Amino acid sequence: MMLRIALFLLALATPLRAEVTIQEVISPGGIKAWLVEEHGIPFTALELRFKGGTSLDRPNKRGEVNLMTALIEEGAGSLDSQGFAAARDALAAEFHFSTDQDGVSVSTRFLTDNRDEAMGLLRLALTKPRFDQDAVDRVREQVLSGLRSDAKDPAAMASNLSRAQIYGRHPYGSDGSGTIESVSALTRNDVMAAFQGAIARDRITVAAAGDITPDELGVLLDELLADLPAAGTLQPGTAEMTLQGGITVQDFPGPQSMVIFSQGGLRFEDPDYFAASILNEIIGGGRFSARLMTEVREKRGLTYGIGTSLGSYDHAQALMGQFQASNDKVAEAIKVIRDEWANMAANGVTEQELADAKTYMTGAYPLRFDGNDTIASILVGMQDLGLDKDYPKTRNAKVEAVTLADIKRVAARLIKPEELHFIVVGQPVGVVNE
Amino acid sequence: MRRTLGRALMGLFALALPAAADTVSNFTLDNGMQVVVIEDHRAPVVTHMVWYKIGRADEAPGHSGIAHFFEHLMFKGTKTVAPGEFSATVEQQGGNDNAFTSNDYTAYFQRIAADRLDLMMQLEADRMVNLTMSEEDVATERQVILEERGQRVDSDPASLLREQMSAAQFLNHPYSIPVIGWRDEIAALTRQDALDFYRAYYAPNNAILVVAGDVDPQAVLEMAKTHYGPLPPSDKIKPRQRPAEPPQLAERRLVLSDQRVAQPYIARSYLAPERNPGDQKQAAALAVLAELLGGSGTTSILARALQFDTQTAVYASAFYDGTSLDPETFGLVLVPSEGVALADAEKAMDDVIAEFLKKGVNAKDLERIKTKVRAAEIYSRDSAGGLARDYGAALAVGLTLQDVADWPNLLQAVTAEDVMAAANLVLNRNQAVTGWLTATEAAQ
Repeated sequence: MMLRIALFLLALATPLRAEVTIQEVISPGGIKAWLVEEHGIPFTALELRFKGGTSLDRPNKRGEVNLMTALIEEGAGSLDSQGFAAARDALAAEFHFSTDQDGVSVSTRFLTDNRDEAMGLLRLALTKPRFDQDAVDRVREQVLSGLRSDAKDPAAMASNLSRAQIYGRHPYGSDGSGTIESVSALTRNDVMAAFQGAIARDRITVAAAGDITPDELGVLLDELLADLPAAGTLQPGTAEMTLQGGITVQDFPGPQSMVIFSQGGLRFEDPDYFAASILNEIIGGGRFSARLMTEVREKRGLTYGIGTSLGSYDHAQALMGQFQASNDKVAEAIKVIRDEWANMAANGVTEQELADAKTYMTGAYPLRFDGNDTIASILVGMQDLGLDKDYPKTRNAKVEAVTLADIKRVAARLIKPEELHFIVVGQPVGVVNE
Repeated sequence: MRRTLGRALMGLFALALPAAADTVSNFTLDNGMQVVVIEDHRAPVVTHMVWYKIGRADEAPGHSGIAHFFEHLMFKGTKTVAPGEFSATVEQQGGNDNAFTSNDYTAYFQRIAADRLDLMMQLEADRMVNLTMSEEDVATERQVILEERGQRVDSDPASLLREQMSAAQFLNHPYSIPVIGWRDEIAALTRQDALDFYRAYYAPNNAILVVAGDVDPQAVLEMAKTHYGPLPPSDKIKPRQRPAEPPQLAERRLVLSDQRVAQPYIARSYLAPERNPGDQKQAAALAVLAELLGGSGTTSILARALQFDTQTAVYASAFYDGTSLDPETFGLVLVPSEGVALADAEKAMDDVIAEFLKKGVNAKDLERIKTKVRAAEIYSRDSAGGLARDYGAALAVGLTLQDVADWPNLLQAVTAEDVMAAANLVLNRNQAVTGWLTATEAAQ
């Protein structure tokens, strides 16, 4: 229901209410996991994440990790695609495999009363995927269909332009799903190689939430993961960013233009990160009272929605935003955003804005708890950021500690009008490349 | 975002409605407002929703989009709360708020720490009767909604096809008109239209309060009595009688060509009965039918035949909701493989359906779906907010709590014969609309 900002999904710390107790579990075989026990409903959510994702694609093999990920559930061991799906459905287990630029995620839910069978099936998929040629061909066609759609989808077009402009030849610079050409050329051997490179124990993060005890989880993890290869492919290096203010227009027919704007960000480890995240909240965060929402939508009616996010990825960081507007309103919207950027860099925020953002962020914090699968995914994100399991107890204090002077300093450091670049896909009136 | 179109956002699959009756309480205030409380004490959070039994299909002719437009205006201030202050107050308390409109209802909700429930009720009760809105705010918001239509419909050929297909599907019933409204009619909506709409439909006896989360039902009732109890009921609320759809006698077909289309596809909608109070058996059979035909990308009948046995399609699915006030549709979507003509893909799909109607239901398939239904009930208990939505939507279209509680059992009780009877009733092209979305002109 929120504005679609799929591109900017963050691995941001998303911790819990203080009373949720996170336990660290070390399996007998040495696998570390975080667990929130919740025995109220007879199922468990288990989340696995393998660091790397589509950025591990080899040169000229763009899309191989994405295709591989989509194929993990298409048959394993003695089961073909149909057999695997039937077995999974008979257990009412849910396995979801996905990938992004920083990792492969395995999100699962399974019932307590057939947990062992469900995990047996998942182990089969993670250790003995078949990658049958007919499945490779069939799923490849689905990926290609998606890529053909993206070629005429303004949001995808804008993302791809933005990525290429900022990150160039680094894997971040192109769509992890690949291109029509690269995906068409992928072979079953490529898929196998991608699997061996991406799914390994040296890059795994694990969390569970639900109806399972620490001992049960430890045994489960050893059985599930022991047969995975110890090590996979090397991770890619830091993405060099090319940031230059301006506007890039890509012609596309339709009543509206899709606009993405971006500039450099801050690493999560940066001491100013908390102040920067409050700043982002005030500019274009999740609230209707955020500045851009107020100025562009509520006061002027130029768009249905606008938002920004402070993205801290494994190999780069950026402050980005997006909106859609009628072609004759794009120019005015861009001017409003530029004015806000300049204003923010020069003046920071008001005492009241800071206080409101703080009460929102600290109050909203415990509400992030929203079911077992959400918690499992949050716990994986926290571990990937290197956070302590007691972080949820100290997080709000870190938000509270940010002062108006901090915000002013960080605004001057972070907000760079001269770096802000707009990608416009559409037929905007009075907007040209600059 | 806030003030969005419910129909587009709600899942179309009817399988996941929960029973969990032991944690649900039901009251009615003296002024006629229904109060439903769903307890979930795992986290100190509450979802507070007010559902109005008024939607797009209840609008006066020529005023399409007023229900949704008005939903936006509910955030534009009351005698004591300034425009925008509602959301700002919720946000200052660490909560989020939003609203959505469908053909049959309009709902407003906040998700917030459980100890702030009283404030939410105070704010929500206030805007049920005390709304004010300036001409200027109405004018700006109209622009926002035209932008919304531009973003969600006019920029998206798939949305345009859905809109055209609904218009073709319903000759007489108002489900023919899009929830957001036709552009020219939205542009003509006035502040007076909004005020008239407000006075006619916003009253406690046309509303349902649903509270889900870490709350005590008696305490919620007392709070509701304090805030909603004093509001006067309206004597203008009438039974919702809409023009009925006449029998469809002939197949309807359309082709939408748009240069922005990269991936052509086929959509089919069949007129289908909905869930009715005390009478949901047929709808349960249709929900199971949708799951059997196209509920899984691997094991469903359409997927097996068109994606596995042959490579006709890259995607095939079937869907049915059934939670509506009046008869709605049973849908199919088919995305052909590269190089497969739409006509050939459609024929293959129809052959699969004909074959299914001849051969009947595979017992194993039926068992697999029932397992899935049982698990869905367990998984759905993990989200109190989701439960609040499920209950609110069902009640707002006239179903009862008993109907909601019965639904999973009815799904479990569906037999192969029930499915085939429903399939034979619904899967008839003379009661259907078939739409093609193409990049260029295509001959049908």
